[in-house]
Amino acid sequence: MMSIASIGSVASALVILGIVFMLVLNINSLAETAKGQFDSIQVYIRDEVQGVAIEEMNAFIKKLEGIEEVSFLSKEDALKNMKKQWGDQGYLLEGLETNPLPNSFVIQLKDIENADGVVKQIKKLQGVEEVKYYKDIVDNLLRITHFIRLAGTILIAVLIGISMFIIANTIKLAVAARYREINIMKYVGATNWFIRWPFLIEGIILGCVGAFIALGIVGYSYKAVFDVVTQKLYVMLSAYMIPATILTHNLAVIFIVLGAGIGALGSIFSMRRFLRV
Amino acid sequence: MIELVNVTKQYLNGMTALSNINIKIDKGDFVFLVGPSGAGKSTFIKLLLKEVDPTEGKIIIEGIDTTKLSRRKVPQLRRKMGVVFQDFRLLPNKTVYENVAFAMEIIEAHPKEIRRQVPMILSMVGLSDKSKMYPDQLSGGEQQRVSIARAIVNNPAVLIADEPTGNLDPDTAWEIMKLLKQINRRGTTVVMATHAKEIVDVMQQRVIALENGRIVRDDRKGVYGYED
Repeated sequence: MMSIASIGSVASALVILGIVFMLVLNINSLAETAKGQFDSIQVYIRDEVQGVAIEEMNAFIKKLEGIEEVSFLSKEDALKNMKKQWGDQGYLLEGLETNPLPNSFVIQLKDIENADGVVKQIKKLQGVEEVKYYKDIVDNLLRITHFIRLAGTILIAVLIGISMFIIANTIKLAVAARYREINIMKYVGATNWFIRWPFLIEGIILGCVGAFIALGIVGYSYKAVFDVVTQKLYVMLSAYMIPATILTHNLAVIFIVLGAGIGALGSIFSMRRFLRV
Repeated sequence: MIELVNVTKQYLNGMTALSNINIKIDKGDFVFLVGPSGAGKSTFIKLLLKEVDPTEGKIIIEGIDTTKLSRRKVPQLRRKMGVVFQDFRLLPNKTVYENVAFAMEIIEAHPKEIRRQVPMILSMVGLSDKSKMYPDQLSGGEQQRVSIARAIVNNPAVLIADEPTGNLDPDTAWEIMKLLKQINRRGTTVVMATHAKEIVDVMQQRVIALENGRIVRDDRKGVYGYED
């Protein structure tokens, strides 16, 4: 009975760990992808800035720290790009008498974290009309990831503690049942490890069985969700989701290590009292 | 070979079980530890086994001060000693042979050695024909013989017996005493705590009498000396 309880507690702790783990990984991957897409800054330049002034600006920006690449986008090219993006509706832009788009620089950052510093520097320049970047979006995304990771870690720590406690109790019962034998062993001169290892193995087995159950539950659920998302929902979203096989492989390792660890520690804790003879 | 120097044991509840004990037990001695209940006999035995540590003083066994021994080395110390209890403490789910072999398995003796040694010891205690029986199929005296066999199978230097005849009728008790004396003759030091007046009086061995945690008497060829 108690061993079912301990397997169950390890399994449920690991299932929740698995869910949190997958959430964090997927949001992380989303954040990483988003970072890649949003790590550019657009600097719009006033129309009166021309020729040498543009070159000077370009040179200044290039020297800023944390910049991967700077490219100049002339108003004509910008218009062409826009036409291309609008596709079928591109003809609407034909009717324009003057090109309303400004000249601009497109800056690729090495890391989105550098955005604020770079923007501050650029805003000091004369002739800059506007600076556009997406730090807010990415910041929010990172904040959410951070929160989930923190909440998840706390939750997991608590659950691991609880399952360790339950395993410790299970082993304690097993040890108490063999108290006589252990007592005799101590008098004959058995070392603590000689007495401990069978119980240690029992704990590890309980932990591992729990880990396998959790792995089955989490693995199949994730695969099911992944299939639904990729087949029925936007294909776009699925690009951000990590494929099931990759995740389950990682999870298998983590679960088994944790399950065995919980079992081992639980049994060692539970035996301490009995070995003090 | 066993020496207690100014040993005092005070338990956490403030009770002083032994105070300022000085004693020397030589190799090959046969010692009776007598005294009324609560005199400190159990504590004395627990100290020898390092089940408890003294509050003060030194306990030297085979040249080693066991009070300075780390917890990890306790098994090594216990392997030098065999223990026999009043309640036998056999494993009910193991046969006579297995109970004795168990003591050798614990110290990780070679299986070949175990197969050689266990039958030899069983024949010495006179149980060769009962090696496949379980403890509950044996009489009290036979069970105590198994527990003695287990205590000496690893050839300890000291045999400690805590009221080994306490649960036995007089005739059986004498059988056990003969066995202990035989073991003693092979050179094993025997320390036996007991209430058995008749046995102590007849055996004429060294008697250490404890009262209220103090040694009140230590006679070579002594007698029990209490009327209880």
